[in-house]
Amino acid sequence: MSMINSRDILETIEMLTAENLDVRTVTMGISLLDCIDSDPAKACEKIYNKIVSKASALVPTVNAISEEYGIPIVNKRISVTPIAMLLGAAPQADPVEYAKTLDAAAHKVGVNFIGGFGALVHKGFSPGDERLIRSLPRALAETELVCSSINVGSTKSGLNMDAIRLMGQIVRQTAEATQDNMCMGDAKLVVFCNAPEDNPFMAGAFHGPGEPDCEIHVGVSGPGAVRAALAELPKDAPMDEVAELVKRTAFKITRLGQLVANLASERLGVPAGIIDLSLAPTPAVGDSVANILEEMGLESCGCCGTTACLALLNDAVKKGGVMASNHVGGLSGAFIPVSEDDGMIKAATCGSLTIEKLEAMTAVCSVGIDMVVIPGDTSAEVISALIADEAAIGMVNSKTTAVRVIPAIGHQAGDVLDFGGLLGRAPIMPISTYKSDVFVHRGGRIPAPMQALKN
Amino acid sequence: MRAFITVIGRDTVGVIARISTVCSELNINIQDVTQSILQEMFCMIMLVDLSKCTVSHEELRSRFAQAGAELGMQVNVTRQEVFDAMHKI
Repeated sequence: MSMINSRDILETIEMLTAENLDVRTVTMGISLLDCIDSDPAKACEKIYNKIVSKASALVPTVNAISEEYGIPIVNKRISVTPIAMLLGAAPQADPVEYAKTLDAAAHKVGVNFIGGFGALVHKGFSPGDERLIRSLPRALAETELVCSSINVGSTKSGLNMDAIRLMGQIVRQTAEATQDNMCMGDAKLVVFCNAPEDNPFMAGAFHGPGEPDCEIHVGVSGPGAVRAALAELPKDAPMDEVAELVKRTAFKITRLGQLVANLASERLGVPAGIIDLSLAPTPAVGDSVANILEEMGLESCGCCGTTACLALLNDAVKKGGVMASNHVGGLSGAFIPVSEDDGMIKAATCGSLTIEKLEAMTAVCSVGIDMVVIPGDTSAEVISALIADEAAIGMVNSKTTAVRVIPAIGHQAGDVLDFGGLLGRAPIMPISTYKSDVFVHRGGRIPAPMQALKN
Repeated sequence: MRAFITVIGRDTVGVIARISTVCSELNINIQDVTQSILQEMFCMIMLVDLSKCTVSHEELRSRFAQAGAELGMQVNVTRQEVFDAMHKI
C-alpha cells in the first residue's frame, strides 16, 4: 500500500498510541541581547514585547501540526538569553522583576515553561551574575513558569568553586522559599557543567550568545517505544542485537522529530536549530528509561550492570538518531530524572537505585543527578560537594553534567514528594552525611584538565 | 494531502461501512483499503486523500474518534508523511 507495508503502519500507530511515542518539546530560542537597557523598566518592556511578538504563533502553530499530522507534541516552550547578561547593564535592577516579566510573557503566549533566567559563571562572575544567582530563591518562588540554569564549570575553564559553594546555599534557600509548594523551586533550577547553548529541554534550556536571533529546536522522546521493541527480542539475544534494535528505533523516533522541526520552522518562518536526540521519560507507566535497562536483563535499575546497559543505550540512541536528523545538539542522550521516570521511582523506592549509583550512571549518559529528592536537613555544603562531584565528571569527560536536587524541607529519607504532572513524584533518597565543609569553603577554581588542551 | 486511517480492535460488523460513511460525508476520497486479522485483532488500513475534505482537522479527528467509539475500536488518522519519515530512508 503506497510503498509502505501494513506492518510498518501498524508499528507506528502502536508506538504513537500504546507506547507513548511523542515529540516531547518544540522550543523556540529567542535572543534578548537587543533588549539590554540600563533602565530596568525599559528592559523588561522590551523583553516582554520581543517574546510575545516572536512566540505568539508558537503554541497555535504547533498544536495545528499535531492535529493535522496525528503526532502528539507534548510541550511548547521558550528559551532566552541568560538574563544575567542583561542585568550587567542595569546595576540597580531587581532581577526578580526580570523573572516576573518572563513569567508574564510565557503566560501570555501559552507555553508551559520558559528557560534562561540564568548565568554562565564557569570561570567567574561578571556584573549581574551574582545578583541573579542570589535572587533565585525569590525569583523561583514568585514565578510559576520560569526555569533557571547556572553553568558553574566547563572542560575548557575548569570548575568555579566559588559559584559551586554559592549554589549549594541557593539550592537550600530555594527549597525553603518554596517549602509550602513541595519545594518546587528547585525542580526549576539546574546547576550545569558544560551546559549546551541550544538545549530545548527544561529546566536547563537557555539561548546561548552564539545562537541566532530566533530558532526552533525539537526534543524527541520515546523510551516506551524502545522498551517495547526490546521486549520482542529473545532473552538470549547478544548485546550487539540489543544495540542494533535501539539504533533502529531511535532512527524512527528521531525522524518524527525532524519532520515536526521542518514543519514548525517553515510555518513559523523561523530557522530550524537542532534536534535533541534524547530519551526523555515521563511518569506514565512504561515510558521509562529504567524499564529499558531492565528489559535488557536487569532485575531492577541500579543493580550491577546498570552503568554498562545505560552506556550502550545512550550510544545507540545517538547512532540511530544522528542519521535521522539534520543538526544534532542540546543534551542528546538518555535522561535519568528519578521523579519523572516510573521505573526509577520504583527502583529508588525499593532501594536498588542510590545516589552513588546515579552518579556513576551520569558518567555515561545525559545528564546528571536529576530530579532527586534529598533529606531536608542536608547542608548547603553537602549539596555544593555533590555539585562539584557531578561537575568534575562532566569536566573530565568533556560532557554535560548537571545537578537538579530538591532538599525536602521538613521531610526525612523514605518520605515521598509528589510534584504532579511531568515532574512526577519521588521518594527521598539518603545522601552521605559526612561533612565536606572544609573543601567547599576553600572556594577558588579547580583548574581545567589536560583534556581542555586540544589545540 | 494523503493520510492513513487505521482501525484496530475486536472484529465486528460494519466497520468498513461505518468508516467509509464518515469519509463520504466529509468528502474524503478513499484510494486503497487493506484489512487483516493480526493476533486476533482486526486491523483495517485505509489510504485516503484529505485535500478536498470539507471540515477542519479538529472536526475530522473528532468525527473519526466518534465512529471509533461507536464501533468499540481504536481509530487513528495519521498523515502519510509521518510513515514516510519513519520508514523510508
